[in-house]
Amino acid sequence: MIVVKDLKKQYNGLQVLKGVNLTINKGDVVCLVGPSGCGKSTFLRCLNRLEEPDGGTVTLDGKEITEKDIDAVRAKMGMVFQHFNLFPHLTVRKNITLAPVKLKRMSQKEADQTALKLLERIGLADKADSYPNMLSGGQKQRIAIVRALAMNPEVLLFDEPTSALDPEMVGEVLELMKELAHSGMTMVVVTHEMGFAREVANRVIFIDEGKVQVDKPPQEFFKDPENPRLKAFLSKVL
Amino acid sequence: MASLAEQFEVLSGLAKSGAHLSFGQDFFVKFYQAFLLSNRWQQYIEGVGTTLVVTAIALIIGVILGGVVALVRTAHDQQRHSHRNFLLGVVNQICKIYTTVIRGTPMMVQLLIMGMVVFASSRNFTVVGALTLGINSGAYVSEIIRGGLMGVDPGQMEAGRSLGLNYMTTMVTIVIPQAVKSILPALGNEFIILLKDTSLITVIGGKELLYAAQGVMNRTYEAMFPLLGTAVIYLILVMIFTWLLGKLEGRLRQSDRR
Ligand SMILES: Nc1ncnc2c1ncn2[C@@H]1O[C@H](COP(=O)(O)OP(=O)(O)OP(=O)(O)O)[C@@H](O)[C@H]1O
Ligand SMILES: [Mg+2]
Repeated sequence: MIVVKDLKKQYNGLQVLKGVNLTINKGDVVCLVGPSGCGKSTFLRCLNRLEEPDGGTVTLDGKEITEKDIDAVRAKMGMVFQHFNLFPHLTVRKNITLAPVKLKRMSQKEADQTALKLLERIGLADKADSYPNMLSGGQKQRIAIVRALAMNPEVLLFDEPTSALDPEMVGEVLELMKELAHSGMTMVVVTHEMGFAREVANRVIFIDEGKVQVDKPPQEFFKDPENPRLKAFLSKVL
Repeated sequence: MASLAEQFEVLSGLAKSGAHLSFGQDFFVKFYQAFLLSNRWQQYIEGVGTTLVVTAIALIIGVILGGVVALVRTAHDQQRHSHRNFLLGVVNQICKIYTTVIRGTPMMVQLLIMGMVVFASSRNFTVVGALTLGINSGAYVSEIIRGGLMGVDPGQMEAGRSLGLNYMTTMVTIVIPQAVKSILPALGNEFIILLKDTSLITVIGGKELLYAAQGVMNRTYEAMFPLLGTAVIYLILVMIFTWLLGKLEGRLRQSDRR
């Protein structure tokens, strides 16, 4: 579904991505891991062009993603951020319904109903009229996920969705992500949660030195890593 | 007891005949001349009215101009390097020249140029003055608004864009509403600066408060009371608006905590 070819990105001379090739199929749950600063976020953000790649192509459903039709592409590629990025001046309900209504996908009424259904699914229906800063981190992130879901995306991108959370709240977010994965959602997840990668992903990808180094199902990925850098990385994080 | 008017007649008659007045008597005569004689206080009141109207007009022009300039400059700076819009580049340059020129020249000079060169044939000095103040204020307001827009977490723009909203929609529905909170207090400050700067339009004949005071000075050949009166009126106005602004800020901070 997403095909990445020779993706390159540099920041004022620092070559972060040196030609990444990757194909993500429908229904894939791909976990991206790698040492800090190796370019995981950069890669993810190049997919929906929050960062502009310097070279290479990204295609979605056979169509190359360009700057011109980027808004339409982003509507199909939800993104969940490390710091949630909920809109603090809007209620939870408005956070969820803003994009579908503004993009004329739904009337306000339909969107409100969808929002309520989604909130019920995560057990936060009673927070519909709250503002984001009245919520816990875990609640915020789950609502951010639901906000992305309200657009009915084909794929969800997660950039370290649990890294900003207190430990006791990590579980509830991972649980929701697991549920999504099982419902067949295509997901690309940058994470340090190796447990999640092992249990939920069908592919785990190790990025280092600006390239995809390893791309394997989790059983093989974690069992006996051949790649020496992956070995070193895993011995640090496991 | 004689009325104030009668007392004034007696005392000013004495003064004219060369008699020496006590300090209190002298004070009374000058005060009466400056504010009460032939209902001169009405001229000050009218002056205050004009001052407030000019301030309001200038602020409205300033906010509209400043808002447009700020949006153009922010949109220009947030463009992708490989997808620069030529037209936006041109407009951005014009905006930059505007802010540079306005902020780099004295307001008094701008007023004289507008009043005596650009609108030399206009008799409507007050309107020309308000317009000039507005154009001047716009340059400063644009920086206030730009600062407010840049102060919003970039993650907000990213979140909006990642949902598929375009730049303008994200700006209007997500970034601007959050920037307003930091912009409003600074804008209030600008209002107070403008309020005081309206006094400058006197130089091109704008009929505001100071103009009224000068009218009285020209009649009475007495400067102290009209000028002190003007100063006191400005001070009171500024204090009232500062107080109101304080209340507004309090409100804004409260809504932050919800
Ligand atoms: N906007 C930017 N300007 C300049 N350099 C940047 C920018 N964004 C990222 N970098 C640099 O690019 C490299 C890759 O950053 P990136 O955020 O993609 O790493 P990461 O793998 O996500 O790391 P982490 O696990 O810490 O999130 C880092 O060295 C970082 O300093
Ligand atoms: Mg990162």
